[in-house]
Amino acid sequence: MSMSSHDSIGQRLFGWVDERFRIAPLIEFLRHKKVPMHRHTVWYYMGGVALFLFIVQVITGILLILYYKGDEATAFESVRFITTKVKFGWLIRSLHSWSANFMVFFVFVHMFSTFFARAFRKPRELTWMTGFLLLALAMGFGFTGYLLPWNELAYFATKVGTDITGAVPLIGNMAKLVLRGGEDVTGATLSRFYAIHIAILPALFSVLLGLHLIFVQRLGMHEPSFVEKLPPERKKMIPFFPNFLLRDMLLWLIVLNILLYLSVYFPWEIGEKADMFASAPEGIRPEWYFMFMFQTLKLIPAHVLLIEGEVLGIVGFGLVGVAWMFVPFWEKAIPSAKSRRTILVIGIISVTFIIGMTIWGYLV
Amino acid sequence: MDRRKFTNMVLAGGLLGWIGSVLYPIVCYLTPPKVAEANVGSVKAGTASDFRPNTAQIVKFGRKPVILIRTEGGDFRALNATCTHLDCIVQYRTDLKQIWCACHNGLYDTRGRNISGPPPRPLDEYVVKVVNDEILVSRPAV
Repeated sequence: MSMSSHDSIGQRLFGWVDERFRIAPLIEFLRHKKVPMHRHTVWYYMGGVALFLFIVQVITGILLILYYKGDEATAFESVRFITTKVKFGWLIRSLHSWSANFMVFFVFVHMFSTFFARAFRKPRELTWMTGFLLLALAMGFGFTGYLLPWNELAYFATKVGTDITGAVPLIGNMAKLVLRGGEDVTGATLSRFYAIHIAILPALFSVLLGLHLIFVQRLGMHEPSFVEKLPPERKKMIPFFPNFLLRDMLLWLIVLNILLYLSVYFPWEIGEKADMFASAPEGIRPEWYFMFMFQTLKLIPAHVLLIEGEVLGIVGFGLVGVAWMFVPFWEKAIPSAKSRRTILVIGIISVTFIIGMTIWGYLV
Repeated sequence: MDRRKFTNMVLAGGLLGWIGSVLYPIVCYLTPPKVAEANVGSVKAGTASDFRPNTAQIVKFGRKPVILIRTEGGDFRALNATCTHLDCIVQYRTDLKQIWCACHNGLYDTRGRNISGPPPRPLDEYVVKVVNDEILVSRPAV
């Protein structure tokens, strides 16, 4: 792109950058990228919402780091300081908690919509797998972040959660020791969880998220088979940039408003400070997105055919998780006439199991 | 074996060795060092006359919580307060006159025997002595 004296400052600036980094083809690519419009288009927005919530997490998280003190003696007090003394601290903290929960929720919705649409099939296998790993990391964020306020509920939930890790065959005890930074959940655990939460997980997450987004952009939106079959002239398409992106952003604005509303009217509680020499109070429970696993573990008897119940449960969930991640590969083996139905049935069973166990977990 | 194969093997071996020499210190670093357990033989846990029957309290035994119970009959019992199921800290229920873990509804009797719920093992017992009205909790002689 050549520069002339008639160009506006914006155009000249664009020209300057384009001459060096060749961004015109990139914009051209985005402009040509089309998003199909059909009765299931709404599901295309779920990943975008999850991405937006991640951005909210990063911004509010960085703000919280400025005042948070990740130490056994000061963590709880610093969170109380943030919520009571720091201007808008209550808002930042509540936003961080609410959007964290929303993010996990939307990642789940995004994953199941992809699953039911069978959008994980060739050529999107790696998009699916990076997405699954992102979900696992999001849950890791939740697990480590839960402990950081160092309150009673989180303290005991972390004791239970890390103790369950110890049930993993072979590496369990080692993993438990490394996670806890010692035999028990102490200040050392808090330091580790803080480091995992703000350094290790964000680094891994950023790389995987980058890959995931590149894959999505390279491959374009998945079309359900009823759209794919249509002749080109009957397909309704809109440009990704700027049309679809603007719609995305409108939805983000709505989500942000809901988050703000919840943060103002339902601020996140701080609870009681953790005491390593106090009895566990009633109502110890993990975050809601771990509840289905937690409830299942509770239901498995202490011993099943000489195997400890916990070991059986945790190995079972591990195997199901791996199978879930590799869906794109074993789904190919199902005859195509039966594939849609099989995936539908597996999906419905999984969703029903997760929702059912979660509700049960909260009822008892 | 030709020269190329040999060179490749040496290089691959070298690379593996190098990766190992990088990973080994990191893995070691991640494993927390053993902190010397404070060698607590016994702790004082208040005066016996102030301790009402059918109550309990958690006593710090070094870095371990121990639950000290005075039964309705007036006997003292001390047990490891860490639930044998998933590591929560138990409490004494005055209404049930039993030890209860709130996390998963585990129950033990006042001798620490697991009687219902998920706990797989009984709680370890400590020795309680009352000397001149002072309660002393000590590790059982093994």
